[in-house]
Amino acid sequence: MTAKLLKNREILLVMAIMVLLAVIALRFPGFVAPANLARVYNDTSILIILALGQMAVILTRCIDLSMAANLALCGMVAAMLNTAFPGLPIPLVIVAVMALGGLLGMANGTLVWKLDIPPIVVTLGTLTIYRGLIFLLTDGKWINAHEMSDAFKALPRQDLAGVPVLSWLSLVMIAVMFVVMGRTPLGRAFYAVGGNPHAAVYTGIDVGRTRFFAYCLSGALAGLSGYLWVSRYAVAYVDIAAGFELDIIAACVIGGISIAGGIGSVAGAVLGALFLGVIKNALPVINISPFAQMAISGTVIIIAVAVNARAERRKGRVILKKAEAA
Amino acid sequence: MAHAQLSPRNIPDRLQGRGARLLKSWEALLVVVAAAIFLGNSLASPYFLDPWNLSDATFNFTEKAMIAFAMALVIISGEIDLSVASIIALASTAMGYAVQLGLDTPALVAIGLGVGLVCGAVNGLLITGLGLPSIVVTIGTMSLFRGLSFIVLGDQAFTGYPESFAWFGQGYVWWVFSFEFTLFVLLAVVYGVLLHKTNFGRAVYAIGNNQTAALFSGVRVARVKFALFLMTGLMAGLASICLTSRLGSTRPSIALGWELEVVTMVVLGGVSILGGSGTIPGIVLAALIMGMVTFGFGLLNVPGIVMSIFIGLLLISVIALPILWQRARRRLSQ
Repeated sequence: MTAKLLKNREILLVMAIMVLLAVIALRFPGFVAPANLARVYNDTSILIILALGQMAVILTRCIDLSMAANLALCGMVAAMLNTAFPGLPIPLVIVAVMALGGLLGMANGTLVWKLDIPPIVVTLGTLTIYRGLIFLLTDGKWINAHEMSDAFKALPRQDLAGVPVLSWLSLVMIAVMFVVMGRTPLGRAFYAVGGNPHAAVYTGIDVGRTRFFAYCLSGALAGLSGYLWVSRYAVAYVDIAAGFELDIIAACVIGGISIAGGIGSVAGAVLGALFLGVIKNALPVINISPFAQMAISGTVIIIAVAVNARAERRKGRVILKKAEAA
Repeated sequence: MAHAQLSPRNIPDRLQGRGARLLKSWEALLVVVAAAIFLGNSLASPYFLDPWNLSDATFNFTEKAMIAFAMALVIISGEIDLSVASIIALASTAMGYAVQLGLDTPALVAIGLGVGLVCGAVNGLLITGLGLPSIVVTIGTMSLFRGLSFIVLGDQAFTGYPESFAWFGQGYVWWVFSFEFTLFVLLAVVYGVLLHKTNFGRAVYAIGNNQTAALFSGVRVARVKFALFLMTGLMAGLASICLTSRLGSTRPSIALGWELEVVTMVVLGGVSILGGSGTIPGIVLAALIMGMVTFGFGLLNVPGIVMSIFIGLLLISVIALPILWQRARRRLSQ
């Protein structure tokens, strides 16, 4: 039983986060105070939402490198909508940017589905295109805090039962994705397509279409994150979230989502994102230069992928033994 | 019909003649694109055809192309290395640090190349030794290598490189031919021979087409792959020397985002991202095209980010168009 528990990736990850928190708590007990942990969660919310979208894409053996660029474009459009029509209700803005993000995701999905272009090439291309579009839209100008309406900036910070809306949104997204991945045909199709595309075809799943939907999902979530990012930091410009695509993939890899597709879970993606979030928030507390964060997350990615690869190999052997015994 | 009488003995081993194949090849398409861009540029700007301007234009792509040659081999073998730009940053930081210690040019070059080799070896060991997927490993080392550079430098910069060091990025071998361009031509020949004329090159293709089959045919897959990552690291070190020498300073954000441009160059050059096919002449042409596009747009005062849109569109369309074209032809013939 304990051996089985130890092989469970999510539990291992929970333990790793616990150890990390314990080490920090030894020197700085304040860090593990509930209020501060809630702050860390809130700070990681956007990464969690993005990791959930990336997870769906990676499960189908694809990858979405354009998420951060999509986020930046949608964030800019949200800010522009707000400055042009300050009276526009914020929920409408959110729906609009989610639709836009979904459209951008559809563009990725269509190229992967209909033209069979390798996903890494497609999203590498759209990554530069989407970011370039922001420049074309704005001429490189910034949209600053004073140009945004108060309602626009306040929504993520608003308190709802003691928890900020930003945290609520990520919790809702986790719940939605939990149901989608586990309880809907589409969610199961993501796993089937990534696990074995040929077998998926024989069970009547359209592989290309499933991938297309995964990209739509990641695009829509990137759109939502775009609004959240811009309203939270109260500024929009061409380079927001530059390089963040790698953090998203890192969260997924740390969360045990296999880059080869078919393996991974909502809990894994969330925990992977939280692991990075704890590190990011702990560094200034334990007085390590924030410049060290990049090297640390790089090391963590490598360790995580090495551990996961070993776990996957072992799992294969266990299945064989069971089959022999039966 | 002559086909009906063909005995097995005189079935042609090639379905098309050599000339027809050349004309229909990816490289031929690239030559046409390159010629069109060259023509377009020289019509659009009166400054384009000046030999010194053209020589300046080569700096747009020579450093990236050096890495692209090695990256082409890596991608043909079915792997990828996203850490190259970070290796440039780390090698440049190491050289900058060495300058502070008072070391001179030969030592700096050795350090640049050495750091590149070590980084390549780290990638190679993780990928071939532990059998990890290269895309994840190199995303990790991409963070790690540049992260180390950030730890050393923070928001500072290293400057004060010795004068003799400037030659690598700013010197000319003869007339308008810069050291970098000469190196680019030299490396194109070396890599062309390595990939197309040696056993090693055949092994790279074999691995990319079917790794298991290659293993069973006696190709030392792990060793070849390790050598490829070592080579990519070395080329990144070399590019780092040229770039650092050209800029005369090192910041941790040096060459940020270059990995994507290098991969774009390789894919544009006709290398299949899935491995198994591609040529060095294709890479040379892709380098020239990307260099000319950047330079031409620069002469027309187009901002850099608009150029990157164009490169992104170019990347997707050069892959999409042949697919669409083939489909249209199939539909027409039916």
